[in-house]
Amino acid sequence: MNLAIRDIHHKQSRFLLTALGIGLLLMIVMGMAGIYQGLSEDALSFLECAKADLWIVQKDTRGPFAENSKIPWSLEDRAYALTGVAYARAFVSHTIQREYRGKQMRIVVQGLAWPRDDGSALPLISGRALGQAHYEMIADKSLDMVLGERIPLGKNVYTVVGITTGMVGQSGDGIAFFTISDSLSIQFDVPAESVRLEREARRSRLERQDTGKTQPSLLAKAYGPVSQIPALGTQYVSAIMINVAQGEDPKRVAAVIAGWSDVSVYSNEGERELLLMGIERNRKQIGMFSVLLSIISSIIMALILYTLTLDKIHDIAMLKLMGAQNSMIIGLILQQALILGALGYGLAYLFGLWIFPHFPRRVVITNANLIHLAFIVLFISFASSLLGIWKAMRIQPNEILS
Amino acid sequence: MKIKINPDAPAVEVRSLTKVYGSGNTEVVAMKDVTFSVRRGRVAALLGPSGAGKSTLLGAIGLINPPTSGSIAIGGCQVMKDSSPLVDVRAFRRKYLGFAFQKANLIPFLTAVENVQVAMEINNIPPRKARKRAFELLDYLGVGNRADNLPSMLSGGQQQRVAVARALANNPSLILADEPTAALDSYRGRQVMELFRKVAHEQNAGVIVVTHDHRALDVFDEIFEMEDGALRFSNHPTS
Repeated sequence: MNLAIRDIHHKQSRFLLTALGIGLLLMIVMGMAGIYQGLSEDALSFLECAKADLWIVQKDTRGPFAENSKIPWSLEDRAYALTGVAYARAFVSHTIQREYRGKQMRIVVQGLAWPRDDGSALPLISGRALGQAHYEMIADKSLDMVLGERIPLGKNVYTVVGITTGMVGQSGDGIAFFTISDSLSIQFDVPAESVRLEREARRSRLERQDTGKTQPSLLAKAYGPVSQIPALGTQYVSAIMINVAQGEDPKRVAAVIAGWSDVSVYSNEGERELLLMGIERNRKQIGMFSVLLSIISSIIMALILYTLTLDKIHDIAMLKLMGAQNSMIIGLILQQALILGALGYGLAYLFGLWIFPHFPRRVVITNANLIHLAFIVLFISFASSLLGIWKAMRIQPNEILS
Repeated sequence: MKIKINPDAPAVEVRSLTKVYGSGNTEVVAMKDVTFSVRRGRVAALLGPSGAGKSTLLGAIGLINPPTSGSIAIGGCQVMKDSSPLVDVRAFRRKYLGFAFQKANLIPFLTAVENVQVAMEINNIPPRKARKRAFELLDYLGVGNRADNLPSMLSGGQQQRVAVARALANNPSLILADEPTAALDSYRGRQVMELFRKVAHEQNAGVIVVTHDHRALDVFDEIFEMEDGALRFSNHPTS
């Protein structure tokens, strides 16, 4: 006869209410781990999707994610020309904040190396990849944009042609993908008056130089956009992503690039570590909070089990009087602790499934996290039953006479 | 120590049993030099005013509260010498003793039949066999029809019958009952006392009942009276 089950059955509603409370506590512990996992996955989402072998960034920086990096776009061609490089793509990323549907919205603007990269490798859930060099964008679903919607950014209007899922930046803002030239236009968009003043200043500078005096056509171009005067303006990107050819050792290619004095190079794993380093403090913060919550859960569970044991002092004394062995009484308390823990864990999982999707940032519960928490709950259940067991062992059979 | 119960020996035999609480100025002698025995198949009453030492004597015989000096033999087996148990008291209680109290002390989350069954399962009797015997005992005591009820659904008399069934579960040599009728009206109280007599005679167990109830003394085979911790008077009405 299982006394623990009989007792629980007898006090169903009280036990369920207790399990509900434990479940809510464990849900918060589960959520804490999920928040960290979400931060980590958000930070790594583009890195995982881009599947680059190497990242070329500005010399001595930890860019492009951990800090700013600025390198000439032309490096893309230089890298492409290297032996063993299958694919080189420029990478541009910056965050903008614009008013959208009457609310302020933050968007991570990311450039794709059109036409080599049209975004078809992205996790599209609807629509298509970029189909032209300008004025199209792919938006993450977290931005709440709809296919075909026209979004004015800077002086241009971009049409949403595709929707991705899970593509968010380190801070949890949704990513919108453009061609690199469009993303640069958005990044360096300046007011018309500012453009006019810059062009006038440029003309004035050129007029004072021999080049301007001897080349009137150049002087005329100085009035035009920067992009039309390549001799004077260099466009910069954040990084160059490289994929090495099949069978090629990325370390060898990295060693060659490391020899270039104007850039630094990181492996994909190196970039991953740099990214995670950026959220290390968050991880520790959340970890500390989770430990505190686990301790609080243990204490609360211990008090509950202690109270449940106090309720049974008379019954335990009677069992001892009848000659019950200690193992039977320990089993009664321990089984109740384990059932309470297991029920709380199950409820925590169900609550989590229901509540976490409504959180503003992703809460990712992985199987590893679930297994980890299961062991924590097992430990908590054992630990919290000790107080009750200690009390039960001190109960004397003669208490039945009192 | 190997326990050997002799079916021909008295159910219980105590010699010079003394219990002293505290020491020096706070010393209280709860029981002094008590000597008596009860044979198997007989039911004995233990009378006396409150504080006379009846429950102390019962606690000592029940191996719950060891005496300060003296000896106790149950079924011919020496179980206590002075304050030292000579057997594994918990195992001994499990196999050879049955208890009933003023309150039935049934486990509230077990049904009537489970309350009886658990006493046997504690004694390592297989659950199916224990359940069968539990039903038989409840039938024997007239509460078979309430077997699946929780204690909260039983009357005081029915609860006490279930408690007696539990006390009988392991065929004990000795049943100890501490004021088992105190919470019952005189009619039901007498019924319970008669039940003990029936059990003692039919199950061949020794029964000691601590009671204040003088109305049912005719039920008992032997009567002992305690006062100020000493056994003052004993009467053998039917011997």
